[in-house]
Amino acid sequence: MTDLVATERPLARVRADRARRLPASRKLILAVVAYLIAIIFLLPYAEMVITAMRPPKELLSAGYLPHHWDFSNFTSIWKTGFGTNLNVSLEIAGGATVLVLLVALPAAYYTARHRFRGRGLFLLLVLVTQMFQPAAMLVGIQREFLSFGLPSPVFALILVNAGFNLAFSVWILNAYFSSIPAELEEAAMVDGTGRLGALRRITLPLALPGIVTALIFTFIGAWNEFLVALTLTSAPNQYPLTVAINNYVGQYSVDWGHLFAGSVIATIPVIILFAFIEGRVVSGLTAGSIK
Amino acid sequence: MVDIARASGVSRAPARRPGRLPAIRRLRRAVTPLAWLGPAIALIVVVVLWPVYVMFNTSFQHFSPDGFLLGPAGSRNFTDLFAESGLSGILERTVIWVVVVVGVTMLISLALAQLFNQRFPGRRVARWALIAPWAASVVMTSLIFRWALDPNSGVINVFLHDIGLIKSFGSNEADWLGRPASALIWMIVVAIFVSLPFTTYALLAGLQTIPGELYEAARVDGASHWRVYRSITLPLLRPSFLVALLINVINVFNSFPIIWEMTQGGPGHETATTTVFMYQLKQAYIGESAALSVINFGLVIVVVLVFLKVTRWRDQVTA
Repeated sequence: MTDLVATERPLARVRADRARRLPASRKLILAVVAYLIAIIFLLPYAEMVITAMRPPKELLSAGYLPHHWDFSNFTSIWKTGFGTNLNVSLEIAGGATVLVLLVALPAAYYTARHRFRGRGLFLLLVLVTQMFQPAAMLVGIQREFLSFGLPSPVFALILVNAGFNLAFSVWILNAYFSSIPAELEEAAMVDGTGRLGALRRITLPLALPGIVTALIFTFIGAWNEFLVALTLTSAPNQYPLTVAINNYVGQYSVDWGHLFAGSVIATIPVIILFAFIEGRVVSGLTAGSIK
Repeated sequence: MVDIARASGVSRAPARRPGRLPAIRRLRRAVTPLAWLGPAIALIVVVVLWPVYVMFNTSFQHFSPDGFLLGPAGSRNFTDLFAESGLSGILERTVIWVVVVVGVTMLISLALAQLFNQRFPGRRVARWALIAPWAASVVMTSLIFRWALDPNSGVINVFLHDIGLIKSFGSNEADWLGRPASALIWMIVVAIFVSLPFTTYALLAGLQTIPGELYEAARVDGASHWRVYRSITLPLLRPSFLVALLINVINVFNSFPIIWEMTQGGPGHETATTTVFMYQLKQAYIGESAALSVINFGLVIVVVLVFLKVTRWRDQVTA
């Protein structure tokens, strides 16, 4: 009787174990399929790098790889004013990121810690703005900033990018702050730190992964924004990178070499930033959009 | 955590201060949230809400082609818009664009999320590659495809020539973006390609919230793979699936760079969606463009409201 039970238990466990672990051959097939898909995802960007290094003479020859590799696009591009455009993009994305930090942090913290009248309304407002895109109200944005008579498009683009990325940051930060027990802060306050001290020493460090994720998403969003920048800028020295790259497309010919060299340079910072948050993209999305 | 904070606030406060709160305290109570939330509300009002008002206003004004305000227009911008001969084709194309791009994206992403949720050596690197179209600007990805489809030397045409699908370079059959029908197909491919990373990652996030014990229990009970997927994975994936679906519908509807970089909506308006048509109109007919924006905006609102209603999202948000 006892023997029967004893032999049955491990058997069931072995069976469950075997089911959970994939057989080696299946695992291999899965890995190969996944690598193939990963390569397909990278192929267009490989073509971007290859074209950037193609000598101008070979642009019209039909072949997968150039016969000679030519790096001159990466040096001559700086003579087309690309440095200024890079600067403009840094100002816009950096400015929008700082602004989002200053605005989203207090809002997210307060809504996570306090129940007050209008809290639900505020969160709904944030949620609804997450559904809005500048494309749907482009005419309004353009005419609004025209009527303000704003001196610099950079300032306008900082505001617009911050405004449209605010919702995601508030959500993700709100989720992070909510997950930090208020008792931790209270304990620090009992130990003699003030409210701000507790916030600085306990809450902010614990919420740091969320803060970094929110800021990087904002930076990348502003860095890659195109339509509003295309609409609000009018001179080449005001263009951020996306508009500058679009500008290598002429009416009759396209300067593909500089276009893709510029694209490679513009993409590098984003790849580095994504590498920082790679492991948190999934958890960030869980917190940010699936609450 | 929330319960403790609320309980302590409710139980302690009346004990210490029976009766009415002093006026100053009540004022402080009303103003404190504003101090913390004010900047966020101000930014939303200036950047998101005010442009909506300006846009509505503009749609009832009459502008000269170079942008000077000439006076009120009544509903003329709207009647002009509805009289545009290309409008029905544009609306039809917009529906096809959104339905096909979002539908195929969701299906492929379900499979990709399932695949990249398995454990295999090198999963991190493979997942990382998946982010590429998300990290690169859509402007760049669209231009890469435009270049790769070049009728004379584009690498896609080189490949199609090598496997015998295209007979000669520079021919009409190699000029994919020159014909509206094939151009639309290629732009849909690009739109799906750039939508996959976000969607797959959103679904991956959903998959990771499903407790592993559920799968083990199902397997011990001898359920087949397909049965487990249908009865456990799909129902529990519903919340993240719906969020990804909504965000994709809105993104794809508002998508501008893909079509703009590959065909500029042309020839004429034959490859334009309503968003691209709005931009084309904006160059010379601001009032009419604003009218179309109002309609686009209304469509987005309807979609969001239907979604909130269907998923009862508000309950989850305010709970």
